[in-house]
Amino acid sequence: MRFLWRTASPALWRDVGLVCVADGIVGVSFGATSVASVNSASGLPWWVPVTLSLLVFAGGAQIAAVGVVLAGGSPVAAVLAGAVLNTRLFPYGFAVADVVGPAGRTGASGARGVVRRWLVRLLGTQVITDESVAFALRHSDPARRRSAFWACGVGLFVIWNLSVLLGVALGSAVRNTDAFGLDATFPAVMLALALPTLTSKSTRVAAGTGAVIAVALTPVLPAGLPLLAALGGLGTRWTGWRRLTGRWSRPVPSGHGDGSGDDDGGAALDKDEVPAGGRR
Amino acid sequence: MMPMAAIVALAVVTYGFRLAGPLLRGRVTVPAAAERLFADAATVLLIALAATSALTAGHGFAGWARPAGVLVAGVLAARRAPFPVVVIAAAGVTALLRLAGVS
Repeated sequence: MRFLWRTASPALWRDVGLVCVADGIVGVSFGATSVASVNSASGLPWWVPVTLSLLVFAGGAQIAAVGVVLAGGSPVAAVLAGAVLNTRLFPYGFAVADVVGPAGRTGASGARGVVRRWLVRLLGTQVITDESVAFALRHSDPARRRSAFWACGVGLFVIWNLSVLLGVALGSAVRNTDAFGLDATFPAVMLALALPTLTSKSTRVAAGTGAVIAVALTPVLPAGLPLLAALGGLGTRWTGWRRLTGRWSRPVPSGHGDGSGDDDGGAALDKDEVPAGGRR
Repeated sequence: MMPMAAIVALAVVTYGFRLAGPLLRGRVTVPAAAERLFADAATVLLIALAATSALTAGHGFAGWARPAGVLVAGVLAARRAPFPVVVIAAAGVTALLRLAGVS
């Protein structure tokens, strides 16, 4: 950790602080809503949001999983929803693989050094989030990449868990969090996280279709299933459909495909577009 | 209900996604098409979750106050308002509407 104090600039600490404030508000809301009674149904035990925050440490997936079970869905549906949301951490891991481990070859050598290096790497892995990755990707200089990633990752881990604890305490004290409109913060967070990723037409069509499917099925299916059925919206982006219909309607030019490759291009996450306190 | 086993399962899967990169660095690359599919699946889920949790409670309609608050938050988010503003606006609008008697 000592390298952080040497290399992190005041500007970096200020930016990390702003993101921490934003995520802290969401954390308090998450903790409070998880344990408070929603629509006369009882909330979850205090240790559920607290353990999720420590072990999963991915805000979006935590909110999704708790949202599914609070709506009466099964734990399996909750885990599936959270896991699908967290698949984006997979490419993130590759993007920051160079800074997750310890810096240089400082410290003990030999077996103890190897163990220590792996311990740091495993800890760094846990703080891979939208925000820490976005912070790292802002810099090309390895030392600054590393300090940005670690400052943001560790700062968020501390603030997120403290704010969820605070939220749990508040949610237990306040009987009806609906009066404060806290139930509106879950969907608002989801929307704020998703909007910057709706960059291409195919993504927008898939998301819109999925939302209609989920809302339409909510009255008839057990809770949790409509959300998974929404993944059917991805069927609209299968380019095979277009190729198939294209072959019937117009002659296919020589070579492969229509070559336009059009509207899938912007679908990849633009990491700089992640809002402060972005997708967690 | 969310049993400890479910929390641990989600934690293990999540850690696995995180660890793949640091573990396989330099040996494997993620195909761009797969990365786009992951990204789109996450977006579809987020929007569907936003829609269902804004509009429905249980198997029925959630009332007008909550979707109204989420709508205001969505407009603010689309205009790139700071994240805390978006979250507070959602809660504030919904709370005020309920105070005014709109359920």
